[in-house]
Amino acid sequence: MHSEGEQPNRAELVAKIRARASAIRKDALKMVFEARQGHPGGDMSVTDILAALYVGVLRVDPKAPRAPGRDRLILSKGHASGALYATLAEAGFLPIEALSTYMKPLSMLNGHPNRNYVPGVEANTGPLGHGLPIAVGVALAGKMDRADYRVFVITGDGELQEGSNWEAAMAAGHHKLANLVLVIDRNTLQQGARVAETNDLEPLADKFRAFGWHVVDVDGHDPDALLDAFAPSDSRAKPLCVIAHTVKGKGVSFMEDQVGWHHGVPTQPQLDQAMEELSRT
Amino acid sequence: MSALQPTSSALFDCRDAFAATLDRVAERDDRVVIVVNDSIGSSKLGAFRKRWPERTVNVGIAEQNMVGVGSGLANGGKIPFVSAASCFLTARALEQIKADVAYTNANVKLVGQSPGVGYGELGPTHHSIEDYAWLRLLPNLAIVVPSDPWETAEAVEAAAAHEGPVFLRITRFGVPKLPRREDARFAIGKAETLREGTDVAVVACGVMVTRALEAADRLAAGGVSARVVNMASIAPLDEAAIQAAADLGAIVTVEEHSVRGGLGGAVAEIVAGYRPCPIRILGFPGFMPTGSPKFLFERFGLTAEGIETAARQAIAMRAA
Repeated sequence: MHSEGEQPNRAELVAKIRARASAIRKDALKMVFEARQGHPGGDMSVTDILAALYVGVLRVDPKAPRAPGRDRLILSKGHASGALYATLAEAGFLPIEALSTYMKPLSMLNGHPNRNYVPGVEANTGPLGHGLPIAVGVALAGKMDRADYRVFVITGDGELQEGSNWEAAMAAGHHKLANLVLVIDRNTLQQGARVAETNDLEPLADKFRAFGWHVVDVDGHDPDALLDAFAPSDSRAKPLCVIAHTVKGKGVSFMEDQVGWHHGVPTQPQLDQAMEELSRT
Repeated sequence: MSALQPTSSALFDCRDAFAATLDRVAERDDRVVIVVNDSIGSSKLGAFRKRWPERTVNVGIAEQNMVGVGSGLANGGKIPFVSAASCFLTARALEQIKADVAYTNANVKLVGQSPGVGYGELGPTHHSIEDYAWLRLLPNLAIVVPSDPWETAEAVEAAAAHEGPVFLRITRFGVPKLPRREDARFAIGKAETLREGTDVAVVACGVMVTRALEAADRLAAGGVSARVVNMASIAPLDEAAIQAAADLGAIVTVEEHSVRGGLGGAVAEIVAGYRPCPIRILGFPGFMPTGSPKFLFERFGLTAEGIETAARQAIAMRAA
């Protein structure tokens, strides 16, 4: 087990996360461009969260992706597979070249992740509302074994309209799963409209507190804030909910906060512009 | 008294064999845990919980979470037996079974308790006569419908030893211990020929196997030689045994399940692509009226007499 984030200097770590996030965004956009399909808006909103976890938090080893004591990251919003695959490739779980096969015939990089195809993938997500129950199960296993691994699960915000999340949230609170961290990619948009206009989640933090969770709100694009939020705490006998406030399409000016880029494929000039903008960040 | 008669007239609740065997399995393998939806009592797992409270996860009345938790426990290296009333387990959590268990190929053991019309008068919401029709569409998932306490115990052992997802269908309806040779062995994917015959094959599973044996006795008394095949393994299916049944030219299937998409459908799929012959499919035709399991079996011909009649019809169809 190793963490890429054992650097003592926080400023260096933050810089590394930022650089990693920029690389992931570029990879993911190229993948969507080449595949002519995908979910770029959600890829961009979740990227800084994934970068912070894989660079600075998760104890995972690309050479031993199924090591029993590893930390787990479950991407419940499986449609952000572009960001996940790019993250895993940048972290060494699969060759960078493999990313160009995204959604091509017989590629291991399906539109939604499969743990039996891709090293480092923990759960076969895609239908929404599946990741949190699975994460609760892994956290229970860790607690039974008195293992010290942590279980992270990232959901979208619109996804929380699925009732299965609330069954799992109740169970996590009941079992006081302090080894469980839920990160909500709170980009405020779902496929068809604003979450608030569709089926509002607010007051979201209060809901999780009422279910027995410790809740923190952070800027989901600020590596420093994310690292603080993800820091383990011995004093907290509760599951942790990190509401990561994000912008859908983050980092690409014409995609930011635009519902139409939930799915959507950039044109060549748009891709060029996006690459240029991402090189500046 | 032929060798086909039950070894005694005593009836057994297969849940007892399930619970006792799971206890033995859990004793030697500490990865085995249970996940229930407030279904400790109806799964007869009270003794398990008492012995291993830390290996018992009761998620409450929340089947989607229950199956997802099972998949997560498997990710964490456990062998979860997820035990709940079959109607709720398989219908409420079908997408979780598809994605988190079957597609994931997770080492999860799903235990559908009190299936079929076991809940009798409680009605169609609580009957589970669709469960293995929709589950047998899912790749990777082994499906076992034991016929008696011996086979239930064997199936629990086999499920624990099997690397991958399994669905066990455990009846609460009393069944006799079936007559078997001393060296009988259960294997996932293998049919069991309980009686040889040459005129017609009766392919049955679960609580209907004992009735199929009674029907064969009745047929023999009338000069008809019926083979009785126990198809406990619905998936993977023993295609060779079904082809051998088709070679007789007349088949009856009988199951405590809908006549659509279950064992009968599975047999018909194989026979149609091999050597088409008449198949009489016995089971339940739709939502059941109010009645006890026994009443419903008799009402819909799931009896030795009903099987005998269907066998004669299948033979007549072949001749015609």
